[in-house]
This record gives sequence, C-alpha cells and structure tokens, in this order.
Amino acid sequence: MNEKTPLLSIQDLSVEFKTRDSVVQVLHGVSLDVFEGETLGIVGESGCGKSMTALGVMRLIPMPPGRYKDGRILLRGEDLLQAADQRIHDIRGNEISMIFQEPMTSLNPVYTVGNQIAETVRLHQNLGKREAHDRAVEMLQAVGIPAPERRVNEYPHQLSGGMRQRVMIAMALACNPSVLIADEPTTALDVTVQAQIFDLLGDIQERFNTAIILITHDMGAIAELADRVVVMYAGRRVEEGPVDELLQNPKHPYTKGLIECVPHLVAEPPEVRAVLPEIRGVVPPLRDLGKPGCPFAPRCDHVVAACRTEMPGAFPVGPDHQTACWLYSEGAS
Amino acid sequence: MAETLVSVRDLKVHFPLKRKGMFGERPIVHAVDGVDFDLERGRTFGLVGESGSGKTTTALAVMRLVKVTAGSIRMGDDELATMQGEELRKARSRFQMIFQDPYSSLNPRMRAGAIVREPMDLMGIGEADTRDRRVEELFASVGLRPEQTALFPHQFSGGQRQRIGVARALASRPDLIVCDEPVSALDVAIQAQTLNLLQRLQNEFGLTYLFISHDLGVVQHICDEIAVMYLGQIVEQTDRVTLFKRPLHPYTWALLSAVPSADPAIRETAQRIRLTGDPPSPIDLPTGCRFAGRCPFAKEICSDKVPPLRALADGHRISCHLVDDQGNAPHHNQPAA
Amino acid sequence: MSTEATTETFDTEPIVVEHPLVEFVRMFLRNKAGVLGFAMLLFIVLTSIFGPLIYPVDPFEIVGVPVSPPGEDGWLLGTDSLGRDLVAGLIHGSRTTLAVGAAAAACTVIIGLIIGALAGYYGGWVDNVLMRITEFFQVLPNLILAMVLITLFSPTLITIVFSIGIVSWTGIARLTRAEFLSIREREYVMAARSIGAENQRIIWHVILPNALPPLIVTAALNVGVAILFEAGLSFLSLGDPNVMSWGALIGDNREAFFEAWWAVTFPGLAIFATVLSVSLIGDGLNDALNPKLRER
Repeated sequence: MNEKTPLLSIQDLSVEFKTRDSVVQVLHGVSLDVFEGETLGIVGESGCGKSMTALGVMRLIPMPPGRYKDGRILLRGEDLLQAADQRIHDIRGNEISMIFQEPMTSLNPVYTVGNQIAETVRLHQNLGKREAHDRAVEMLQAVGIPAPERRVNEYPHQLSGGMRQRVMIAMALACNPSVLIADEPTTALDVTVQAQIFDLLGDIQERFNTAIILITHDMGAIAELADRVVVMYAGRRVEEGPVDELLQNPKHPYTKGLIECVPHLVAEPPEVRAVLPEIRGVVPPLRDLGKPGCPFAPRCDHVVAACRTEMPGAFPVGPDHQTACWLYSEGAS
Repeated sequence: MAETLVSVRDLKVHFPLKRKGMFGERPIVHAVDGVDFDLERGRTFGLVGESGSGKTTTALAVMRLVKVTAGSIRMGDDELATMQGEELRKARSRFQMIFQDPYSSLNPRMRAGAIVREPMDLMGIGEADTRDRRVEELFASVGLRPEQTALFPHQFSGGQRQRIGVARALASRPDLIVCDEPVSALDVAIQAQTLNLLQRLQNEFGLTYLFISHDLGVVQHICDEIAVMYLGQIVEQTDRVTLFKRPLHPYTWALLSAVPSADPAIRETAQRIRLTGDPPSPIDLPTGCRFAGRCPFAKEICSDKVPPLRALADGHRISCHLVDDQGNAPHHNQPAA
Repeated sequence: MSTEATTETFDTEPIVVEHPLVEFVRMFLRNKAGVLGFAMLLFIVLTSIFGPLIYPVDPFEIVGVPVSPPGEDGWLLGTDSLGRDLVAGLIHGSRTTLAVGAAAAACTVIIGLIIGALAGYYGGWVDNVLMRITEFFQVLPNLILAMVLITLFSPTLITIVFSIGIVSWTGIARLTRAEFLSIREREYVMAARSIGAENQRIIWHVILPNALPPLIVTAALNVGVAILFEAGLSFLSLGDPNVMSWGALIGDNREAFFEAWWAVTFPGLAIFATVLSVSLIGDGLNDALNPKLRER
C-alpha cells in the first residue's frame, strides 16, 4: 500500500437525491485517494456516478434536491464537507479546478476568453486588471495557443473546439491548483485534437506537479494518461489498481466486460469480422439500486449466492489492486 | 461475386453562405468536393474522417437529404442524384438511414410501433393490414418485445431507441442502409450490442452498409472497405486489413497514431506524430494538396499541385505525391523489399 | 458467441402504457394553481350555460328602482343606473365574454399558426414576406384598428371577434415561427424526409404536433387578452348593443360610479376572475405539457 498521505481523500462518500416521490442514492460509500502529482482515472458508463463524484468534491451538487448523506472529503486533511461556504469559494478554481466536456457551453459566449481567464485570477489572487490580463496571455501561451496576445481578446465562438478546450484548461490552471478534475475533456473533440490535449495534460502535470483526476468512459485515454484507475458502477467503486495491472489483469467481471466489449484498434485486424463480447442487459435505473446485494449481479455471468444478498467489500487481488467482488473474497478459489 | 450496388462519381456538395456586404462574393463551403467510390452489395464501406472532412455530408448526399451540387449516384439503372418528386420518393424505399442521435431521431409524439410503420405507410409498401404484423417482426429482429410498440420514445433507453431506428430503417426492405455514426452516442456496453446487431442483420438480410464514423476502433471492427476523407476529398481507400496494417497517406498515419490505445504493444511501437493546429477552412481552400499545411513530410510540389487519387496495383487508392507506385510512403522506415 | 437478439429490459420490468391524455391530466392536476383556475372557469362556464335557466331575468329589462344597492328590494347585487338587474347582467355577460374570448383566441391562433409555420419552415423569401406582413400588423395600434373596423362594419359579435383576431395574431406567429425554425433542424424531421414524407406532411404532421406545447399555453393566455379586448370595446360602447356584456355594464355605469359602485365593481371583478382563471390554466398547461418535467 502507498505510504504517502493522499493529497485528496474521498472517504465513504454517499450522496442521495430527493425526487418527487422517493429518495434515490447516487453514490454509495465511494472511497478513493489522489496523490500529489499523479493522474487518477475514473472510468465507467453513464450513470455510474463518476461525474457526480467530481461535482461532489467541488461541492457543486445542487443541495436541494441533493444531499450528502455520509462521508468525508479531505483536502490535505481538511474536510471540505464541513468547510464554510467562503472557504469552498476560495478553493474552487484556486486549489481544485475543473474542466468539462463541452467547451462551447462551459465558456461564457459574451465575454472574451482573456476576460474569463483573468476573472479567475482576479478572484483568487487579487491582481489588478493589467496584471490579470498579462497572466491570461501567459496562460494561453502555456497551453499552446499560437499568437496569444491576439487570441486573448477573442470570443469563444471565434475559436475551434480544440482551442476552446485549451482555454478551459488555461482557466483551470491560472491559479496553479493542486488538483485538476477533467470530466470527459476530450469526448467532444476530434481524435487528432484529443491527442494534442492529452499531450498538454501530461506536459502540465510534469511542469506543475498538478494531480489530475481524469473522468472518462474511454479505456484508451486511461491507458495513455492515468497512473491509477478506479472503475465505478452504479454509484460504487468496483475495482481499483495501477493502470497497467488493471488493464492486463482485470478482476471484476464488469471491468473485464468493459475492456472486452470495446473494439480496440489493433495493428493487425482479423481477416474475418468477429462478434464483440457483450455485457448482458443494461445499467439498472437509479431507483432500483437500493436493493441488497451487488448491483451488477443481474448482468453477471459468475454470480454466486452471496452476490444477491450482500454488497461485497474491497478485496485485494494484486499489488495495490483491489476489487469489490465475492469471487475474490478470502477463501474463494 | 462482388456486385456493385451503388456507384458514386465526382460527387460535389457546395453550400453557399451569406454574402459579405451588398456586393461581395458569396463564400462557398466545399463540403464534398469530387468524391468517387463504389459500394459492393452485402459489404460494409466505411467513411472515416474528422469534423469538416465531409463524411456526413457525403452520406446525406447519397440519401438525397442535402442538395447535390454535381456528380452522379447510380443505383442500378437509377441516377439518384437527379431524381425528383414522385420518382425519388419511390426510390427511397431502396436506401434508408440510421441516424446518430437516438434522442432526437425519433418523433417524440409518435408511438414506437407507428414510427416503424410510417415508412410503409408513406411509401405504400405491402398491404395496410399486414403492416402491423411486419412491425412486430421488425421489433423481434432488433431484439425488442411486441408489447413495446405502444410505448413512446421517452420510455426507452438510448440503446433501445437506436434499435427502433434500426427497425425503421429496415421497414422498407432497403438494399442500402447508410449508418451515420450509429453508435457514437451510446455507452460502450450498448455500443457492442448494437454493432453485433448490425452485423447480424447484415448477414440475415444481405444488407449493404455505408458506415460513417470517426471512431477508428469501431471502423476497424465492422467495415470491409474503408475510405479516409480530408476536407471534402478521399485521400486513401483500401480494405480493412491493409489500411490498418500499412497505411500510406500521412494523414491516415497521423490519425491512427493519435488514437489512444489500451494495447501497450501499440503504445510502445507506434511512432507518434502530432499534427499541429487545425484543419484549414473548407471555404478558402489552399492550392495543391489540402493536407500540405499540416503534413510533416510536405515538399514544394505538395503545395503547388493537387495530387490525383490514383489506384496502386492491388487496388489501394492513394492521393499523395510522396507515395510511390510500389506503396512506399514517407513514414515507412524500411526500404522497398 | 451469442448472436441472439438480446432482451435488454429485465423481464420483470412492467410495460406501462399510459395514454398521453391520461398522462396530461395527471400532470395538470399537480399544479394547484392550474386546478384552481380550471375550477373557477368551470364555474363561470356553468353559470353561462345554466344561469338563464335557473334565473330567468332579462338583463335589459328595467326591473327595479335605479341605483338600488345590493340586497335591497330582493335584488341580490342591486340594480344599475338604469334599473337593470345586476345578477342577470353578470350571467348574460358571461356568455358574451366566453364566446368572444374563445372565438377570438381561436381566430388568432389559426391565423398566427399558419403564418408562423409557413415562415419558419420555408424560410427564404416566404419567411421574409410573411415576417414583413407580421411586423406591419404588429405596429398597428390594436384598439384603434379594431374600432375602425367596427365602425366601418356593423358592431355585431362576429365583427368584434374578427377585428380582435385580425390584430392579435402576431405574437403567436412569431412564436410558431421560432418553434418551427428550431424543430426543423431535428433529426426526426430529416428521418421523416428519408422515409418519403413531403413538405405538407412534415409541416402539419411532424413538426406541428411537437411545436404545440408553447402554442397551447400562449393560446390560453390569448383568451385572456381577447376577453379584455372585448370588454374594452364594449366599455367604449362599440360592442354589440343587443348583447349584454360586462364591459358594457361598466361603461354604461361609469358616470354613476360613486352612487352605484356595485354596478361597476361586480362586472369588473367578473372580468378579473375570468382572465385570472384563464391565466392560471395557462400556467397549469405549461407544467403539464413541459416534457422536461416528465418522470421517466
């Protein structure tokens, strides 16, 4: 086990949403750690709770109807869930930043990009207008936008998708945060632009030692960028481990299914077209997740009796590698 | 054995934009600028490219859902590019489409069964009383239950909605189905189910697919023949195995090396090149090769002369000055055998 | 290697087939304001239908001492400055109000919908011409134009309905056009074209049903506007003199306001209540028709 103290530690986080007729729990006891200067990948399909976890860290979940049922979020030992609103405002954009999937809708269309970057800096670092502007140009340069002195005065719609995403990254990094949360940052981008953004993120991590939480459904992106991976399903963590170990030796049936069902690019494709392995069924709707037992049981081919009655805890299956599956409990073959 | 179902020659789709000022010239977007290819019956032809490549517009042109500026689309004896009115409506039964977004490609006010039935009603296929039975058959073919015909689209998941779209496309028993990014909006596990479904239906009904996608992994999995498009033109075309084993065009090579791979073997050995900047605008086209501005191997001839799309001995089509007739490309390190 | 069609839903999941009308009623009932408005309007409608049967007093007949306060001489709400029974006036006035309100709103909606749909769908010069026409009507002073039309042609109910309709359609036209512009680009419209639908079918069968929700809400609000318009015209003595109307009551009695406040206040309250009920219904409709509020 890693002996260092984690920079950010999410412990047993549970979040629920109150709907008109019922209460739906979207996160069930999620625990994960992020260490300084590393990239943690969180992977899962839509509805698994990965984005919710990110929003939870930033306390961006709308409080009615959402509610933190349980858990702690420790940033360098400080519990963010107990912190005052002002403290959270200080942290957002400053110590923890986030970039989102759709750069067009996450940038304000009526302000110039320079203005938006400068705003972050002025809020947190009390710089004057001139200095903030210079810093904005500096950040645009750092993220690889050519002719930054010109671009700084342009509006989001004048930039391409890749460039807008770079602007988002510039905004997020302007105050040199310790943690950068990237929620599907490249899903809406072309593959060549995606490669550029990945390079940029890797570069930034090296230069500024920023920890990155990369949220995605793309296993390839995880393989490229992440040091460690957490797999989520139905609001729970089902597997965690170092990236190469997890991709070579996935243990949880869901992880295995997820890796196998994606048509990966290979150097030598087979002559005859194959059939893709499938994961049976669909992700159950949120309201059905309160039932006892492992939420993946209905879709699992290796179900045992315990799976239907009790949710498994995390069992170790390799170096730094654990999974929440009864198949790997002590005494299991 | 290989019968050509559709033959596209010199297809052009140009969109005029608003004039600048009162007397300026109208800028024109050259979305598709001289594209030819053949679709073989029973096989899947993939069109790959990034945004702005013209692949979606090509698909819409074949479907006659955008105005064809020039060129020919022949299906058997019919010239689809110039058909109008009633003749075109009748011909539509032979080519149908599966759309990208399952959340907006179904009319929210119609029940699922009615959506799948509509093409038969509009095109007068079959007898009115047998259409409902056919709808149930189609539902079964795509893995949905007959009771679900009474539900509305919002009562289905994304994957199920896409299946309804597939059923609708099959309703008129078409020869050709154009699939426009049919799995891009779906979760990965559902993608696998849907791709398997498409493959099964192709085998069962002898369908021909024109498959548009930006996802090279999916394309590699499901397509037989693939054409790579850049800025409205085909820059390389060959069969699946050859394209991925030995791509010739520098753009194809850059595209393949940009795909993040979970396969450590690929990650280590792939020579990465990074394309800088963005593609040029489809309005002000550069002279010569359209890729020259971003190509790491570009020479003077590249910006002067447009490279023709020529076929090598094995049928591999390539449009690049720097690829020789034996199939050696600038990014290959090995000398010719 | 399973090539069987995968049954996606769990077999225990029930198939809920709810008729859209049932769903609509259920959603509407959730909005308390809407239900209240509906109850109020229902009361007014029932009054207009059954009122004259239960209370057969002629509203134009002079039945008592003029300016008789409510409660005296057996007249529940008193008499107006001409000695006419106020209750009868309210009952008969409700018929005019409702008839004119509904008919004028219908006129407005039909004209506005057709123009907006054609402009939004076809674009180009069709849109240009229709929008210029719309703008023309939009800038005309509504009340004055209606007054002119009524003066030119005889002030019957039909003329009134027509003159209200002809000046009030522009809002709906713009709204319809906006909806069409937006829906026109959706994939299911392209899909309709790909399966052989032609323009007429696409406009009226594909796009229009999906454009309806905001239009229905606006139409409900337009009923309120039409009612006020009619009341205004009657107040100015431009209404149909053979038909009792709340506006006419107010207009006829405005000089006697200080002596017979009831003759002006009660018709005024009646107008207020009707327009309010229609607005509340509009609010309820908005919630009921808003697809985003649908539960999955």
